[in-house]
Amino acid sequence: MASPLLEIKDLNIAFETNRGDVRPVRDSSLDIYPGQTVALVGESGCGKSVTAMSVLRLIPSPPGKVLGGQVMFAGRDLLKLPESEMRKVRGKDIAMIFQEPMTSLNPVYTVGDQIVEAVTLHQRVSRRQAYQIAEQSLRDVGIADPGRRLSEYPHQMSGGMRQRVMIAMALSCKPKLLIADEPTTALDVTIQAQILELLRKLQRETGMSILLITHDLGVVAENADVVAVMYASRIVECATVEELFDHPKHPYTEALFHSVPKLGAHAERLQTIPGTVPNPARFPVGCKFHTRCHRTRELAAKAHGSAVGTAPETGTAPETVEITSAGERFRVLQRCRDDEPNLREVQPKHWAACHQLEGFDAAPVTEPKLAHQRDVVPQVVEAAAEEVSA
Amino acid sequence: MSSAAIEPNRQTPARANAPANDHLIEVENLRTYFPIRRGVLARTVGHVKAVDGVTFSVKPGKTLGLVGESGCGKTTVGRTVLRLIPATSGSVRYKGQDFFQYHGEELRRLRRQMQIIFQDPVSSLNPRMTVGNIIGEPIQVHGIARGKEKDELVASLLQRVGLDPAYARRYPHEFSGGQRQRIGIARALSLNPDFIVCDEPVSALDVSIQSQILNLLDDLQRERHIAYLFIAHNLAVVEHFSDEVAVMYLGRIVEKAGRDELYRNPKHPYTKALLSAVPETNPRPTRKRIVLKGEVPSPSNPPGGCPFHPRCQLSRELAKSAGEADTVQITSGGETFRVMRRCVEEIPPLAPKQGEAGHLAACHFTE
Repeated sequence: MASPLLEIKDLNIAFETNRGDVRPVRDSSLDIYPGQTVALVGESGCGKSVTAMSVLRLIPSPPGKVLGGQVMFAGRDLLKLPESEMRKVRGKDIAMIFQEPMTSLNPVYTVGDQIVEAVTLHQRVSRRQAYQIAEQSLRDVGIADPGRRLSEYPHQMSGGMRQRVMIAMALSCKPKLLIADEPTTALDVTIQAQILELLRKLQRETGMSILLITHDLGVVAENADVVAVMYASRIVECATVEELFDHPKHPYTEALFHSVPKLGAHAERLQTIPGTVPNPARFPVGCKFHTRCHRTRELAAKAHGSAVGTAPETGTAPETVEITSAGERFRVLQRCRDDEPNLREVQPKHWAACHQLEGFDAAPVTEPKLAHQRDVVPQVVEAAAEEVSA
Repeated sequence: MSSAAIEPNRQTPARANAPANDHLIEVENLRTYFPIRRGVLARTVGHVKAVDGVTFSVKPGKTLGLVGESGCGKTTVGRTVLRLIPATSGSVRYKGQDFFQYHGEELRRLRRQMQIIFQDPVSSLNPRMTVGNIIGEPIQVHGIARGKEKDELVASLLQRVGLDPAYARRYPHEFSGGQRQRIGIARALSLNPDFIVCDEPVSALDVSIQSQILNLLDDLQRERHIAYLFIAHNLAVVEHFSDEVAVMYLGRIVEKAGRDELYRNPKHPYTKALLSAVPETNPRPTRKRIVLKGEVPSPSNPPGGCPFHPRCQLSRELAKSAGEADTVQITSGGETFRVMRRCVEEIPPLAPKQGEAGHLAACHFTE
């Protein structure tokens, strides 16, 4: 097994607010191997973007501060590098693309000037060579007539075209790692398909790694090798993409899969997750998911029923407590309410953080390490050739 | 979760046997053009044809899904139907009466029946009004109830959408996105409408909240027999929610059919490409993806003939084996290639195609 390109170890980030510290990332560990796509999945506010931004040290400080942890990249801890060294890493070794390409491009410079700036900052080339590199990088991302496009401004382009420019700029210095934060969320499905296909093609050609941040399970299923699910600032499950979709273990992952309508799979009713994503300033104690968790609720109902029915032998049933959440009163297991579970390797190569998994207490607490590459890559047909002939 | 359930159980008992009675809303040949003004005199130099001849109908208690990419005109259709944007031509009939002919008090009375839920639950609620006032205002304006009676109505509406009646005294900023969307739904329900335009009601919400709102809308439809025009860009959500589906491209409906028929047996090359572009929630994808070249053209200067021809994989493929006289060379997305002459010169009508009755598609060449 090759060694990882990027190792995030026990990362802890805090934001200082006037109501005390808020913890957007807690005890998160994640490895990315060369050529791999690792997806970080979760809903808004779960800490996925903050994790990615802290790899590049883009979190403003104050209010942000690193409470602990390491981000190892090519043998160096990025969190300890002096700012001048860090600047050489950003854009050169690790590049980032954002969700909204309009706000991340400068409206008063031409696209060419912006790519050339990135190139000359990191490579010892003349301005003329830099323009050639810029032109080639636009061609690589499939922009027609790149020479003319270089002298255009961002507002003259469509959303999909701007995202291509962002990718061209990010890839102009041949980074080893690309962080893609919701790269297709603002785009239409047909354009999303183009951009994702482009990223897969560029990855095949250059061998770069991708940290893909998204909330779209379809995008994850088709692009990731390894998936980490985040909930309330923590990674709650991590496995290969095939394993995670075939056998989700954490109740949050499970519920997430069932609450999304799937094309073709017609269910009369969608499963829901009650309540809302907790605010990081007001996290519940214990397992952060216990207020919305169907598993602890079902187990508690069963345990409580048996405890009431057969009063003397309460020793066998786990303790339950009554809580109120989203205007509802119900019982959960006391352990889930009091004790936050760590990420454990509940099966070889499958990590999850839930007390109610079989053998959870005996499972070792290890850091997720998965050099896996996916088995099946989506197929693309440029024209529906066979359909026409058929 | 494991296999790609392409042909699963599609039976929807609750929706299947409703009687096919008359239409509640009939939209005919609706056009909405926005003028492009230039110069100091603001002379009109052209038009953005946001909606260009759209015809559809919605049955009572049923859902028509309207899908398409951004800029295809689906939102403008919804707003024009409700007269929030004036129509350039065409007609909208509500229970057989021409909605566009109503004025003043009569119009206001009719408007009770037709409501809208917006995409953005933040900007569609007045931040300076309490939730109770937001929901209660239409009740008062339309003279349905006032005072204590009104407050009771508001409380019951809040309860129905899953919110605590005590929230009536709070302001919109105190709520999360999903809760705000529930407030928007309560407001739409306050006049007891039988038709609601849902304009991207869940796309601004987190996935775990989306399903809560979709289920709520579904329950309300059954209870109150409300018809929905459900506008969305997410094809899986539209499939889940609709009885009938219309696909829009550049201001026109290019395909319309019953939900199952459209998703199982798409005819128009655009619909096929659109469906194939949706990522599968399956780590071993089985579908082949048709990646469309180029982007949606501007509605101010749409291509002649079939609006889809510059990106159409079918026309391009057919042109390869057709004679020179039947094809035309065009340039699109930086590429030069040949397409069928008919696609460039003639607008295809939305016409019945093989398959289920009522399956319409606007394409010269699909069977």
